[in-house]
Amino acid sequence: MANLNEDVSRAPKSMRAQTITGITDTTDIGATVRVEIDGKELKVPIGTTILEAARSIGVRIPTLCYHEDLCIAGVCRICVVEVEGQRTLQASCAYPITSPIKVKTYSSKVRKARRHILDLLLSKHYGECYSCFRNNNCELQSLAKEYGVDQFRFGHPEKPLHEVDASSYSVIRDMNKCILCRRCVRTCIDVQEVGVLEAVGRSDKTKIETFASKPLSEVICINCGQCINRCPTGALRANDPTDDVWAAIDNPAKHVVIQTAPAPRAGIGECFGLEPGRALTFEMNTALRRCGFDKVFDTNFTADLTIIEEGTELILRLYKALVKKDTSIALPQFTSCSPGWIKYIEHFYPEMLKHVSSAKSPQQMFGAVIKTYYAKKNNIDPKDIVTVALMPCSAKKFECNRPEMCDSGFKDIDYGLTTRELAQMISEAGIDLPNLEKSDFDDPFGTATGSGVIFAATGGVMEAAIRTVVELVCGIKVENLFDHADVIPVRGFEGVRYAELPIKQVGPVPDILKHLVPNWDWLKGATLKVGVCHGTANAKKVLDDIKAGGKFSECHFIEFMACPGGCLGGGGQPIPTNPEIRKKRAKAIYGEDAHYEIRKSHENPAVLELYSQFLTDGPCGHLSHKLLHTDYTPRGKYIA
Amino acid sequence: MITSKCSKLTFSEIKTGSGLQAALKNKPAEVISILADSGMKGRGGAGFPTSTKWRFAAAAKGEEKFVVCNADEGEPGTFKDRVLLCDFADLVFEGMTIGAYAIGAKTGIIYLRGEYTYLVNQLESVLAKRRQANLLGNKICGKEGFDFDIQIRMGSGAYVCGEETALIESLEGQRGEPRNRPPFPVDTGFMGRPTIVNNVETLAWVTAILAKGAAWFKSVGTEKSTGLKLFSVSGDCAEPGVYEFPMGITIAQLLKEVKGEGAKAVQVGGASGHCVAAKDFKRALAFEDVATGGSIIIFGPNRDMLHVAKNFMEFFVEESCGQCTPCREGNHKILEGIEKLEAGTCSMAYLDELCKLGETMQLASKCGLGQSSANAFLSIVANFKDEILGRTEKVAV
Repeated sequence: MANLNEDVSRAPKSMRAQTITGITDTTDIGATVRVEIDGKELKVPIGTTILEAARSIGVRIPTLCYHEDLCIAGVCRICVVEVEGQRTLQASCAYPITSPIKVKTYSSKVRKARRHILDLLLSKHYGECYSCFRNNNCELQSLAKEYGVDQFRFGHPEKPLHEVDASSYSVIRDMNKCILCRRCVRTCIDVQEVGVLEAVGRSDKTKIETFASKPLSEVICINCGQCINRCPTGALRANDPTDDVWAAIDNPAKHVVIQTAPAPRAGIGECFGLEPGRALTFEMNTALRRCGFDKVFDTNFTADLTIIEEGTELILRLYKALVKKDTSIALPQFTSCSPGWIKYIEHFYPEMLKHVSSAKSPQQMFGAVIKTYYAKKNNIDPKDIVTVALMPCSAKKFECNRPEMCDSGFKDIDYGLTTRELAQMISEAGIDLPNLEKSDFDDPFGTATGSGVIFAATGGVMEAAIRTVVELVCGIKVENLFDHADVIPVRGFEGVRYAELPIKQVGPVPDILKHLVPNWDWLKGATLKVGVCHGTANAKKVLDDIKAGGKFSECHFIEFMACPGGCLGGGGQPIPTNPEIRKKRAKAIYGEDAHYEIRKSHENPAVLELYSQFLTDGPCGHLSHKLLHTDYTPRGKYIA
Repeated sequence: MITSKCSKLTFSEIKTGSGLQAALKNKPAEVISILADSGMKGRGGAGFPTSTKWRFAAAAKGEEKFVVCNADEGEPGTFKDRVLLCDFADLVFEGMTIGAYAIGAKTGIIYLRGEYTYLVNQLESVLAKRRQANLLGNKICGKEGFDFDIQIRMGSGAYVCGEETALIESLEGQRGEPRNRPPFPVDTGFMGRPTIVNNVETLAWVTAILAKGAAWFKSVGTEKSTGLKLFSVSGDCAEPGVYEFPMGITIAQLLKEVKGEGAKAVQVGGASGHCVAAKDFKRALAFEDVATGGSIIIFGPNRDMLHVAKNFMEFFVEESCGQCTPCREGNHKILEGIEKLEAGTCSMAYLDELCKLGETMQLASKCGLGQSSANAFLSIVANFKDEILGRTEKVAV
């Protein structure tokens, strides 16, 4: 089988990382090369860029178009350095060291050039830092300070030149602030294989554009917001509903309920100057109450509910396909919790939508339950309930505005807030989040399990599903198969992963599923095959493999996440992002999971109560189908 | 047509196939040595030794290799390649074939400027004749294992695609934008394979060198700039046209030959070249002095040099690919500065700043376009400061 983790980047060669591959053992003769940077000598593996070499010894070279996640562009030229013997300055991000060189990173030529480049960028960058959401978090602003920009030598736009595109529920484009580093272009085409954005026009008329300059809402944007996370300035931002949320909070007639997804709690500290990787779950609960939310619930509750619904759906699909020999059943089943992924498959593989689980995402399940079960139980008119979802995601904003997401009779979720936007609200309320006292979630939907928490990381949904399926089907403790119930084979950051789980023994069918399958005998001796992938470029590889009848076509269940790293790398998470930061967030997530007493979705007492009191016809039953399941729109990729 | 004032026009003396046959008598490495011995440097303007380029490509590992002829002749004031392709296409294709033999390529591509579409039929018929004569195709000239053919690909009008890596991007179907270098095309070129990209004229001279020998080539020109060179002469002279001159000819000599004496300035090397003032006409056209790809634009005494500078900058503002900051924004700022000069509203301090900006563009731009687009402006400011300053604000009448 072809190696699906191979680089099949569509990016032009000018933008690929130009490193020399093949030499991994640096002790080989000639595999390292001597380089002198600002008088300091060091040895680096051949092919290391000047930028990497400099960083390894703590020499800071400024960058704008460079990003750890992306292929090399070498276009902003802010990282230029002087290489002895070269007539021109060299972009350090794009210069692989293959022979001994001497480099000066801050000579007068270099400083002069950098200052000119900054002046030129500022001459086209319209925007008042005060009114920019990236104020104090803007790479251009920081560099202007570092390089002592004290005047606009080549002018500064006094009026905006471009109309702001606010057509999308998720991503707003303000090209007045764009500095043409093309990180968004490379993110969209290379990381996500979507390709909504491209440079159009030449010279100073160059502009980042959508297809035929259409509004973002009318093109094949999947709303993942990865471009926002990688934009060095405020040219891209999420569609911010905080004013509406404050208005709801301030309205005494409204009962404002917030659910918080697991990924934001692992990231929000970064907005308050903390190192990545410190979870602020319980401090955030206190902050949300202080902000004025009436109830603070945990999305993990519906993550557990998703596992039950989606897991039941999988069992039903397998039963119909394997026992009833129903050939119309689509396998493998795909997860449905990532709204960026859903829009991706709707656009690019609409013919494969039948594989996608009909279970709504945890966010949307939550809204439907709040405005029905919770409203009734607490005797609140659902029209007075405002549901807010704290998500690491920009695509969730689009998802909650999907016309079909009104099964409660109301808009299931009113507003989607990103981690960044909540941090903004908390700051506005004068709350010192990191030093706040801790408090728990509200009942009844504050009870969650470790399985819900790990939804935030790539492989998390699969791990949660395996924990539950093993116990429900095999009748044994998952700990007997995996130490501490940590399903290591599906963890990690590799773009595409595959795992097999032999079902050696089966147990009795639990009560909750008894009406659906008579026994598990048909699964005895079978091998459960699962796949995991993150980033839609990787999703494409898996889908193409399925179409070609490859290994993944034999899978039973595949987890797809639109964003690299899963939700913890979502488009609503704090900026910046890079592989290191995402690893730290993942560590925080798995740390949280380990601390939960209950770590399996099917053991969540609140979920079990919901089935016994409300969804009485069980998982995938009539009422759950009405409230917790949905259908999709085959959109296609051709735009009228 | 090409005029040669010094001797008989070299290219008219070379028989089709003679260069190739001479090459095939040698091993590929020896062909490269002959070129090295001749001192041949690239005629596109950069002056990189052709033999070095070929040696790198010959040594590079690759499943296949490519020979690309850069016929995207877009430099303002350059038209020698068009004339060469009209009159001596055989020599160009033969040069490509010799290159293929030297580096081990099977495919050649001629990247033809979009505006030269009318040449395609004519070039195709030359290619067909060469195939018939077994100068292209399989077992060329009976040489076992030497298979090579040439295809014509059209450019679409972007000046930057004359830059070899942008040309390759364009060939691959991408937006024509220069790549980061290193790696160089000789190592990672078309489709990621080792590729030599040579100018039309370079390839024709290669054929001539193989046909007539390295010693002949070295016998003309200067020590560092050997051989002959074609010049596209235009502007204020009585006899504009394409000329063959030995390298090292002084500007004054050239002006005399084309009846352009009395010129106030000569733009050598097109828009991206340098503006040489009359006081420097004794300088030589050679890689070690005033380097050029062959474009000579003559400005008579009545030309407004600020207008000349403006014309060039308008060209670059149009043609910058928009990729890197110094070129994308810098050209535009210089053009705005020229407009200020015209209006008499540019301070000396700002003019100074613009010149410094021009130097940054030369140093920090990603490719040759941005690295040279400020040249004309800088040399005009240096040589004609009095003329461009001191204009008064235009008053509406």
